[in-house]
Amino acid sequence: MIPEKDIDNCGLFGVMDTSGRRFGGEMAVNAIKNMKVRGNGLGGGFAIYGLYPEYKDYYALHIMYQDKNMSAKRKTEELLTENFYVVYDEEIPTNPEINVFSPPLVWRYFVKPQKKSEEAHMLDDEYVVSKVMHMNTEVEDVYVFSSGKNMGVFKGVGFPEEIADYFMLEKLYEGYIWTVHSRFPTNTPGWWGGAHPFSMLDWTVVHNGEISSYGTNRRFLELHDFYCTLHTDTEVMAYAVDLLMRRQGLPIEVVSKIFAPPMWNAIERMNKEEKELYTTLRMVYAPLLMNGPFTVVIAHHNEMIGITDRIRLRPITAGAKGNLVFLSSEEMAIRRVCPDLELTWTPAGGEPVVARLNTEDHLKSLNKSI
Amino acid sequence: MYSHLLSEFTVQRMDDRCIRCQVCERQCPNEVHEYDKELDRMFTYEEKCVGCQRCVVMCPAKALFVRSHPSEYRMNASWTRDKFQNLKKQAETGGVVLTGSGNDKPYRIYWDHMVLNASQVTNPSIDPLREPMELKTFIGRKPDTLKINMDGDVPKVESELHPNITLKSPVLFSAMSYGAISYRAYKSLAMAAKEFGVMFNTGEGGLPVEMRKDYASNAIVQCASGRFGVDQDYLNSAAMIEIKIGQGAKPGIGGHLPGEKVAQHVAQTRMIPQGTDALSPAPQHDIYSIEDLSMLIYALKEATNYEKPVSVKIAAVHNVAAIASGIVRAGADVVAIDGIRGGTGAAPLATRDNVGIPLELALASVDRRLREEGIRSKCSILAAGGFRCSADVLKAIALGADAVYIGTAALVAMGCTLCQKCYTGKCAWGICTQNPYLVKRLNPEITSQRLVNLLKAWSHELKEMLGGMGINAIESIRGNREHLRGISLEEWELNVLGVKGAGE
Repeated sequence: MIPEKDIDNCGLFGVMDTSGRRFGGEMAVNAIKNMKVRGNGLGGGFAIYGLYPEYKDYYALHIMYQDKNMSAKRKTEELLTENFYVVYDEEIPTNPEINVFSPPLVWRYFVKPQKKSEEAHMLDDEYVVSKVMHMNTEVEDVYVFSSGKNMGVFKGVGFPEEIADYFMLEKLYEGYIWTVHSRFPTNTPGWWGGAHPFSMLDWTVVHNGEISSYGTNRRFLELHDFYCTLHTDTEVMAYAVDLLMRRQGLPIEVVSKIFAPPMWNAIERMNKEEKELYTTLRMVYAPLLMNGPFTVVIAHHNEMIGITDRIRLRPITAGAKGNLVFLSSEEMAIRRVCPDLELTWTPAGGEPVVARLNTEDHLKSLNKSI
Repeated sequence: MYSHLLSEFTVQRMDDRCIRCQVCERQCPNEVHEYDKELDRMFTYEEKCVGCQRCVVMCPAKALFVRSHPSEYRMNASWTRDKFQNLKKQAETGGVVLTGSGNDKPYRIYWDHMVLNASQVTNPSIDPLREPMELKTFIGRKPDTLKINMDGDVPKVESELHPNITLKSPVLFSAMSYGAISYRAYKSLAMAAKEFGVMFNTGEGGLPVEMRKDYASNAIVQCASGRFGVDQDYLNSAAMIEIKIGQGAKPGIGGHLPGEKVAQHVAQTRMIPQGTDALSPAPQHDIYSIEDLSMLIYALKEATNYEKPVSVKIAAVHNVAAIASGIVRAGADVVAIDGIRGGTGAAPLATRDNVGIPLELALASVDRRLREEGIRSKCSILAAGGFRCSADVLKAIALGADAVYIGTAALVAMGCTLCQKCYTGKCAWGICTQNPYLVKRLNPEITSQRLVNLLKAWSHELKEMLGGMGINAIESIRGNREHLRGISLEEWELNVLGVKGAGE
């Protein structure tokens, strides 16, 4: 039974098989159900990696047409055929027996860039980002849920298990990373595009908390041609990850120190090299410091990462058993789907837990946890 | 004195309290009070009174009151008293009406029409008494991206960084030159800046040689049109160099330090003959284009081995955003914008009160323009001109400033009462004078502590307000206009400021 009060913490959960084995959505759905009180029925969503092995070389665009606006669909498809080779497209199957609030039409397209001569120099990823940005900002009633290869985002207005049922995730799909989020962004209007996960290319972010530095983060991202259109704070995290990790090639160990840097008094006590590094990071990337309470699970191919804010206003729990690594708002959600866990721990603020394919990298955060 | 003028102030002495100690007579540089020994009586010449209140606070018997004079001209909404009086002065002298301090006209103060945000429920406030709250600020050019070498255990920065200065708190002391202010006032600023970990700005009066060693790391040295005191050693005795193109109180106007304020030490510091007028022209005669400005910027960088950021200070004027863009493209690491309420030691009243635009609008426009052009991270913005409290500072940072310059607020902390007579050189508080008798009224040890206290108090308040927003590092409010809302502003004003109206 759900208590009759507003609950202010989102629930988030991620599970990865570090051997790359693909598995169904049962764990993700059951874990998030176990944190139902954290949700509010106004938003939920899943990101799945390893989703489309048969189309793994193509960008999988999940595109939503709000109010099932068919003229927006025609316009979008004109844009797509103009800018991409579309090898296959279909409506994403949904279960008509599941009632969800005002569902849009959601279509998926498997595409390859079709660059004009003046765009020939652009990397494919950059090209896709620019087209996705264009569709999200310039075309009305259209929003691209996800745009990566061999992955996809399914989200909407409802409890996450309802969204899972609506898109029949447990029946139809398998992947080696599943992340899920259970609540609509707190202070923003409710619509299907606004639910988590947020994504850009194959980067996805689920987020619990509020980013009070949103305005500063947003304006910095605009300098790098990322425009926030979703009226919510989590979006900046997805773009910041794409900017720092994909475009600038920084590893998450460095990026986490940009998002949640050590306090100045800690930096003062570091050795010379570390001091120089951390001072420079804070100086140059000050606008990407994510202030306010947050826990995020960031995923992309081969990696699932959990980070909390630097004063840990929103803690995260990690767990592991064999090849499985779990990240969750609550330990109980992990235990619900994996009762015989070998290990659980709570990482320190700003200390990332990084699960990578074929490694035990996630254990590195253990000695810094409490 | 002028004839046909009403006195501005009336001086009332409570005879039953007055003990004829003559403190008032000694304290008043304007000779308002006079003791008649034969009559054992104090006389008052209130027409000379500037309303500085020095005699009032120094009177041991609390026998004095200085108030606005009750005599008034017939009420007239058009011919207000100040217009009337100034016209009479000009009729008598044929001269320009001078004034000191900042613009006192009731132009809209946008800081008072913007309110800050605070967290409730979902995003908890942070208590600065219990949690760390960080105000450290870097001023200077930053690279857009960092190249980091991941070989080895510790990642290493490979990008070449431009020089930056570090501030413990985002408040600096604005340019106030030695000569315009007394040595003791000047030194108080330097001492306070050093103790608190911020910067003072030499203005265009040079940096006394004996201060160069101790205060270099907290000094911003100015290179203005007069080039007073500028040589290689001066440039290298600083953390940052500032080219002064204009100032808020008198855009388009040069500077003038009258010869009587150019005492021996002032002359030596400025590298000019003692007793001569120090005239700095409005234009820098080698700068007539952005290319010329660029040449000076790089000449200064070259002279200091590219180790110091170079700032360019301009007054907030109509096309300020485009000007700032040019300045950044010319190679400046910092743009300092001084608004219409910026202070001054001496300016023509007409210029001070009517030329330029409010800082708030200029700052918002510059920040937006630099962002639109993708060059915002290539410079820092220092905002100046009329900051009165920590909330003004925080609002400026939320509008896009990296840090702010304070001038008048620092002077007030030292004792200034804004009598607006700085240009007479008779500052009763020992701040804006070179008269040795008056200068002695300041003790730099004490005055610098007052300044440190001011910075400390504002820093505490900044932390409180930041914590209220759920923010624990000052960089997260910079340019964060989502945390501002406008009150009683028209749509065009909200648009220029780039903030939503309250309730939105």
